[in-house]
Amino acid sequence: MNARAEVSKVIFPFHGGVHPPEHKDESSQTPIAAMPVPRQLVVPLHQSIGNIAKALVAVGDTVLKGQMIAEADGTVSAAVHAPTSGRVVAVGPTLVPHPSGLPEHCVTIESDGEDRWIERNRFDWRNAEGRIIRDYLRDMGVVGLGGAVFPSHLKIGGARDGLDTLVINAAECEPYITCDDLLMRERAAQVVEGIKIVQHLLQARQVLVGIEDNKPQAAQAMREALKNAAINFPADVVVVPTLYPSGGAKQLIKLLTNIEVPSGVRSTDLGVQCFNVATIYTIYRALEHAEPVISRVVTITGNVQRPGNVDALIGTPIADLLAFAGDKPGSQAYIYGGPMMGFELPGTSLGLSKAGNCIIAKNGALFPEKPVEMPCIRCGKCADACPAELQPMDLYWFGKSKNFGKAQERNLFDCIECGACAYVCPSNIQLVDYFRFSKSEIWAAEKAKKAADQARERHEFRQFREEREKREKAERAAAKAAARTEASGGNVAEAADAERAAKIKAAMERAAAKKVEAAAAQTASDSVTPIDPDAVSVPMGQAAIAPTSNEAPQAVESAAPALDPEKAERIRAAMEKRAAEKAAAEAMSPEEKAAKEAEKKAKIAAAMERAAAKKAGQAAQQQPGE
Amino acid sequence: MLLAFVLALGIMAALALLLGAVLGWAAIRYKVDEDPLVDKIDAILPQTQCGQCGFPGCKPYATAIAGDEADINRCPPGGEDGIRKLADLLGKEFKPLNAENGEEKPKSLAVVDEAVCIGCTLCVQACPVDAIVGAAKHVHTVVSSECTGCELCVAPCPVDCIDIVPVGETVTSWKWRYPVIPLTPVKVAA
Ligand code: SF4
Ligand code: SF4
Ligand code: SF4
Ligand code: SF4
Ligand code: SF4
Repeated sequence: MNARAEVSKVIFPFHGGVHPPEHKDESSQTPIAAMPVPRQLVVPLHQSIGNIAKALVAVGDTVLKGQMIAEADGTVSAAVHAPTSGRVVAVGPTLVPHPSGLPEHCVTIESDGEDRWIERNRFDWRNAEGRIIRDYLRDMGVVGLGGAVFPSHLKIGGARDGLDTLVINAAECEPYITCDDLLMRERAAQVVEGIKIVQHLLQARQVLVGIEDNKPQAAQAMREALKNAAINFPADVVVVPTLYPSGGAKQLIKLLTNIEVPSGVRSTDLGVQCFNVATIYTIYRALEHAEPVISRVVTITGNVQRPGNVDALIGTPIADLLAFAGDKPGSQAYIYGGPMMGFELPGTSLGLSKAGNCIIAKNGALFPEKPVEMPCIRCGKCADACPAELQPMDLYWFGKSKNFGKAQERNLFDCIECGACAYVCPSNIQLVDYFRFSKSEIWAAEKAKKAADQARERHEFRQFREEREKREKAERAAAKAAARTEASGGNVAEAADAERAAKIKAAMERAAAKKVEAAAAQTASDSVTPIDPDAVSVPMGQAAIAPTSNEAPQAVESAAPALDPEKAERIRAAMEKRAAEKAAAEAMSPEEKAAKEAEKKAKIAAAMERAAAKKAGQAAQQQPGE
Repeated sequence: MLLAFVLALGIMAALALLLGAVLGWAAIRYKVDEDPLVDKIDAILPQTQCGQCGFPGCKPYATAIAGDEADINRCPPGGEDGIRKLADLLGKEFKPLNAENGEEKPKSLAVVDEAVCIGCTLCVQACPVDAIVGAAKHVHTVVSSECTGCELCVAPCPVDCIDIVPVGETVTSWKWRYPVIPLTPVKVAA
């Protein structure tokens, strides 16, 4: 183990934490290597929390380095850019770095080897409004590079009266990973420029850079860079003891400021905002050099010949990265992220994403087979280790028995999935797996509930609308009838009345017949008046059977002029089938059908009435109650 | 002594009578009109509004269950999970889905083949949640975020251009699996 930096005097330890073997020296001894541009890049479009970016390119398009290939979809989303110049060879679902192993939208670019930049104009951010800067960052695809890929533009702004403390997260607490360490050692000046920008944007009154004591060179480099930069705000490097997970946002905020962020509260509301150091660097590159996020430093370590850090383009296939570092035989799997929070990659053909801070080639020597899970003995070690101050053994029990409500009550969603509990568990229980399982079940249930509520609302509204339309129609008819009897005076002879009624009836019948014909000709019903579907479709069916006897087929053609004969044939066949089905249904039991229909309508009406009465009742009750 | 005893008894009896009267009055005065049970049942039903249960929508089925007029195993979209929840709520025994009502299917969506649609609007009239948009003689389309996959629009379409396609699992809808203890297979020499 290397020399340690001296831990700063004022730190405020968080609860729990563990100290797994660091394994950092393997990859931190060599400078960041520049990875040559690979022949092909697979750029995932879902590279941030929130909505997947919308593709702007199609197969065959040529793109330039830095050209936006997918734009942000909504607020919680970020753009994606071409990492090099070349030609788009595929747009569509491809394997992505995700534990599911499912494909998602990617743009595959074949590089032309020229690595030609798109024209870049420096953005005058100093004179721009906050909103414009946020949009710019979103369009530059700036997201949190610490692993969570939260769109950075959402963290900038909002705090009108400024921020107390801007925390720069450079703790890099997870074993094996050294990309932030190397970034600070080699590019400290640029990181400090980034700090200046973010401090300015957030109007932060002080800046604290948190670094674990196992990175003395990085701490030194940052201190010097801060000294050399002309800064007009208090800024300090705070060296914290190496203790996993000190790099968790809440944990680092506690360490540096002694502020505990309670469950469900945003740190901004307490005057603190936390940015990963690599993110700060990309914000600087975006605002000062108009460079979108198209590359990142990634640690490649574990069972490889030359472990180290590489500056790689986003979309670089993992296989290329491994080849660059000298893949050794005997790797069972490749971990994406660190050993505590990462996951095993579903393949090596997929492209590097912005979240990819580390790739570990895993073999039996480094990662021995996990012993078999034993029953929980309620030793409480997991609770002692949990930085979120949870009771992992209880959450585990609730997750295992699928009692998700209880798990949620015990603040399951405060769990940061750090894995400290599983690390200390003497029974080798893979606690985090249960927490992830519970969380995704709860999310799915919530989604389903939302969808059901929406469907219920829409269904009730539709019923209400149908009722109203029916009532209005009846009212209109009644008004008409009343007007008619009034006009006739009432003292006309009964015979004349009967005659008149007969005439009207005949006229109405004629009109109805005409209407049916017209409907058949158009093969369309006027959307508002509910026409009996049978009345429409039966003549249509006849028309299909005897095409020359009626205008219907012609209308079909004119309604969809682009139909080719094959499609027309398909339509005709389908219509015949439908007509036959309808006829069969008709022949079966018309009375029964009518009865059923009436019953259904009555039921719906009754239900509506009940719902309305209940709503009124609820409203009446709620007023005094709440 | 005896007097005290009788007095105590008397006070107790009077209190009991008084409280009983208050409770009885409250039950009448604050009577809840609608059975809240219907709402509780309706909250469990998936709101697909498909009518497979034999009732014209989820709410009527919920009403029937609450009135003990229908069994709890008639909703295919709700599946076994739904039946279990209903059984829990009503304190009834779980029973498998009634096959007559259909079978549990994966979540699906309606998709209109826009090249074939003739714009007859019949599907619009059939959709219980107004998930289909389109004007007469124009191509219709399904708003997938609103569609419950109830299949009610399929039958009325005269040109058979509506397909019900299952919604596959995507990266966003993917769920972590229930952790299983991995069993290492014993390697057999080839
Ligand atoms: S550490 Fe493991 S065995 Fe101990 S209480 Fe927690 S889950 Fe149970
Ligand atoms: S994984 Fe969750 S429960 Fe376990 S120690 Fe970390 S925060 Fe606590
Ligand atoms: S079967 Fe289920 S989803 Fe369909 S209407 Fe009946 S209760 Fe609703
Ligand atoms: S579009 Fe079709 S399947 Fe979807 S909800 Fe409407 S009627 Fe049901
Ligand atoms: S019922 Fe079929 S043809 Fe008619 S509008 Fe709907 S999708 Fe188009």
